[in-house]
Amino acid sequence: MAAIEFTNVKKSYHQGAKPIQVIHGVNAEIRDGEFVVIVGPSGCGKSTLLRMVAGLEEISEGTIRIGDRVVNELEPAQRDIAMVFQNYALYPHMSVFDNMAYGLKIRRVPAAEIKLRVDKAAQILELGSLLQRKPRELSGGQRQRVAMGRAIVRQPQVFLFDEPLSNLDAKLRVQTRLEIEKLHRELGITTLFVTHDQVEAMTLAQRMLVMNAGHMEQFGTPEEVYHCPATTFVAGFIGTPTMNLLRNVPGIQAGIILGIRPEHLRISDNGWPMKVDTVEMLGAERLVYGALGSPDEGEPITLRINETEAPPVVGQTIQVLPLPGREHYFDTSSGLRVTAGDRVIG
Amino acid sequence: MVQKRRLLTLLSHAVMWLGVLLVAFPLYLALVASTHLPQDIIQSPMPLLPGSHMWQTYRDALLGAGHTGGSNAPVARMMWVSLVTAMVIAVGKIAISLLSAFAVVFFRFPLRWLCFWAIFITLMLPVEVRIVPTYKVVSDLGMLNSFAGLTIPLIASATATFLFRQFFLTVPDELAEAARVDGAGAMRFFKDILLPLSKTSMAALFVIQFIYGWNQYLWPLLTTTSENMYPVVLGIRAMMGGSGEGLVQWNIVMATAILALLPPTIVVVLMQKWFVKGIVDTEK
Repeated sequence: MAAIEFTNVKKSYHQGAKPIQVIHGVNAEIRDGEFVVIVGPSGCGKSTLLRMVAGLEEISEGTIRIGDRVVNELEPAQRDIAMVFQNYALYPHMSVFDNMAYGLKIRRVPAAEIKLRVDKAAQILELGSLLQRKPRELSGGQRQRVAMGRAIVRQPQVFLFDEPLSNLDAKLRVQTRLEIEKLHRELGITTLFVTHDQVEAMTLAQRMLVMNAGHMEQFGTPEEVYHCPATTFVAGFIGTPTMNLLRNVPGIQAGIILGIRPEHLRISDNGWPMKVDTVEMLGAERLVYGALGSPDEGEPITLRINETEAPPVVGQTIQVLPLPGREHYFDTSSGLRVTAGDRVIG
Repeated sequence: MVQKRRLLTLLSHAVMWLGVLLVAFPLYLALVASTHLPQDIIQSPMPLLPGSHMWQTYRDALLGAGHTGGSNAPVARMMWVSLVTAMVIAVGKIAISLLSAFAVVFFRFPLRWLCFWAIFITLMLPVEVRIVPTYKVVSDLGMLNSFAGLTIPLIASATATFLFRQFFLTVPDELAEAARVDGAGAMRFFKDILLPLSKTSMAALFVIQFIYGWNQYLWPLLTTTSENMYPVVLGIRAMMGGSGEGLVQWNIVMATAILALLPPTIVVVLMQKWFVKGIVDTEK
């Protein structure tokens, strides 16, 4: 097991003469045995960052440390990592057993030891009866487990997962998610997990690293990220429906954005006027979409209310207020969070 | 086809039988001719039923015991030359093409595209176009009348390289990356992952290239002057090219033709399953 340390890590590709930078200096320290999820929209550089840890992409600038070694110049095989790929990347012509054993065979682990480790991994992942099958005879979920088994038998210092759940159906995804969590609890191996799905990120992560356009926006526990988003991007990315980011709210200074989550708004008698456009029934709750302020130049706003509350009528203007202490303030130009002391509210 | 009309069925069967007869009748005649004595064959009409001299004819042909006009080289030796040539060409082509396709697809090196296009452009040039310069090179290297001279100039193959390149391009990058993470070096990946995956393509290519090598005529005609190094296709021609000293022993010629047919047929029959799989299948 090992800690991972990113120091000013940058990545640029050379296309023709001018380099295109895709990762703009990531600094982060992942603790030994921690489960960290890298999350962001597609194209934000999260997979690239993971692949740089794996050694599949060159590190243009900065250093990555795994344990006490700088791994910049090491081949993937020497980094003591194991990776689970999005499409599993199982060797199609090898049996499940051989797929798991291949890395160990290359490392010249004795056959008896290989058998022991594969059997143990198969037992953990319930693959015992499938060891002689070929990957094409397995279901998606089973292939996924073989890919994890291949990582486990290596007994690496770090697990790397590159969107491993995105090819599974919804039900299997939840199940596999729980399995990955259990696995991490039992083995305690430092894990980096890339996903674009915020539910996966929130549920799996001990800490999550939110990325956008090659920048690290925030690195913190799911609670911190949810309760104290560091930037307007994080505020808008985490949470469903997304946080309302309002500019023209009565009493807010110019140059400040007020962020308030739909679940932290309530209908009040003397709040801000909101014209209701649509009401969606989701079962346990309702989403109310509308415009804040004057109907012509109003800002879109979403409100989440309990199913037991009386729904507002479409076309009606209601009044809403944030729950006290649940407001977030951001600087308009930088998008950064403004601490409570700086804010001005009427 | 899809329609089940009686007349149509009859018609299509008739056409098929006609096709079969067109192809099979000359073969049958050759077989019949190889079982008669030479003087019986040149009778008119030629006998259409098998005669009784089959074993004798084939023995004479294989051992070179006939008294043909042009050449009396033993067919056994010719078959051997042909077999070695065809095998070396087929295996050599596959080996070289696999390696060059591997290099072009999986490695980023300077002038990679130039290499690929250089290979690709040679696709447009048939052997015949470069036959004179190639002959010059082979003769300067002293490879006339040798297996090396018969095979090496025919081994480099743009077609096969291109085929493997297309196949390798369909292998997901993740597979190569997984192998890297598992600690497999480039050649290990090639041997353990790519080769087993290419099995069916290799089989298909082997069939095509074996027959290509077996049927070579023009190139051996130029590079072999000694009967000892005649491949069988050339041998047949030599037997017929009588200079007037004696009769062409058509029974021996026909027996040789039948013998020359056998190895490619065996290769096709044995590898048919793999051949079709290799062309149709993409098992990944």
